[in-house]
Amino acid sequence: MRLIIIVSILIVSTGFCKAQDWTLDDIEVYHSFDAFENVLKKKDNFTYIINFWATWCGPCVKELPYFEAMNRSYGDKHVKIILVSLDFEKQIESRLIPFLNKNEIRSEVVLLLDKKESSWIDRVDPEWSGALPITIVYNQENRVFYEKTFHSEHELEEILKPFLN
Amino acid sequence: MKNLTLLFLAFFGLSFTFVDGPGYDIGETATDFELMNVDGEMVSLSDMENVKGYIVTFTCNHCPYAVMYEDRLIELHNKFAPMGYPVVAINPNDPQVQPADGYDEMKNRASEKAFPFVYLFDEGQHIYPQYGATKTPHVFLLDANRVVKYIGAIDDNPRDASAVEVKYVENAIMALEGGLNPDPQSTKAIGCSIKSK
Repeated sequence: MRLIIIVSILIVSTGFCKAQDWTLDDIEVYHSFDAFENVLKKKDNFTYIINFWATWCGPCVKELPYFEAMNRSYGDKHVKIILVSLDFEKQIESRLIPFLNKNEIRSEVVLLLDKKESSWIDRVDPEWSGALPITIVYNQENRVFYEKTFHSEHELEEILKPFLN
Repeated sequence: MKNLTLLFLAFFGLSFTFVDGPGYDIGETATDFELMNVDGEMVSLSDMENVKGYIVTFTCNHCPYAVMYEDRLIELHNKFAPMGYPVVAINPNDPQVQPADGYDEMKNRASEKAFPFVYLFDEGQHIYPQYGATKTPHVFLLDANRVVKYIGAIDDNPRDASAVEVKYVENAIMALEGGLNPDPQSTKAIGCSIKSK
């Protein structure tokens, strides 16, 4: 019993860490950007690494392990990784969930389904052309935006570090 | 001294790039090109006769967003090419990075879908950076003098053609036909980043 409590405390204190197989219930689904926008504007003591991706996006899939590595290394250091999937609604169960299980993704995954992209791309960042992937790192003090693919864990770590001082 | 000048030019060029951002803005004159079509012929914009403008569309085979727009591109061409606005599709991707976008694969896709428009291969990737295309699909509507009149998405609902409310490219062409500037002059949509080494 004590072990369970300790484990529970550990899980809660280290933020999101998916331990078992993914199901539909594990993924927060946003049908409108209005509802989603708070994910980009949380005002707490965490530093957020937000990555927009999709299973159909090759470069996105390639860089996912680096975000997973950040989750493992910094998940207990007030850093939260949120993977914002732009997968298609009809492919959630046929493609997204099997992908998350097969690749043993442990970071938090949310799904943004608002189809009126032209109305919300600028609200994510005016610099964004609309190409995937993108990454935003922010906390209460700072924010950076990258429309690029990361090529190593180190590269991602370097942009995170200034947020941790 | 020559080296110093080169260094200065390189530095100046670089800073200019950062300040201005790569690619065309509305009102700039776009470059012509000579690219190979899926039928093996080299195609330039200046080869096209009786045109009032060009719907230059960077697109490709592999990207789901590009695929979602294939039928709508065909419709656009069939509707507007007779009015003088042909679709000019260009695949900007490096097939060594994305093998599904090789020249042979382009030929296959063009034939499967019976593309009524040219589907050109940006071999060596010299054209898309000049336009400033960042993703597929990415449209640059040019007038007869290759002046950029509209940049962006084809319409406001990539994922669901039946739920489209605003047809950006179509409206932009109608504006040009009426002697007006398109409104909006640029829009954004999700797309696949252009694949390069």
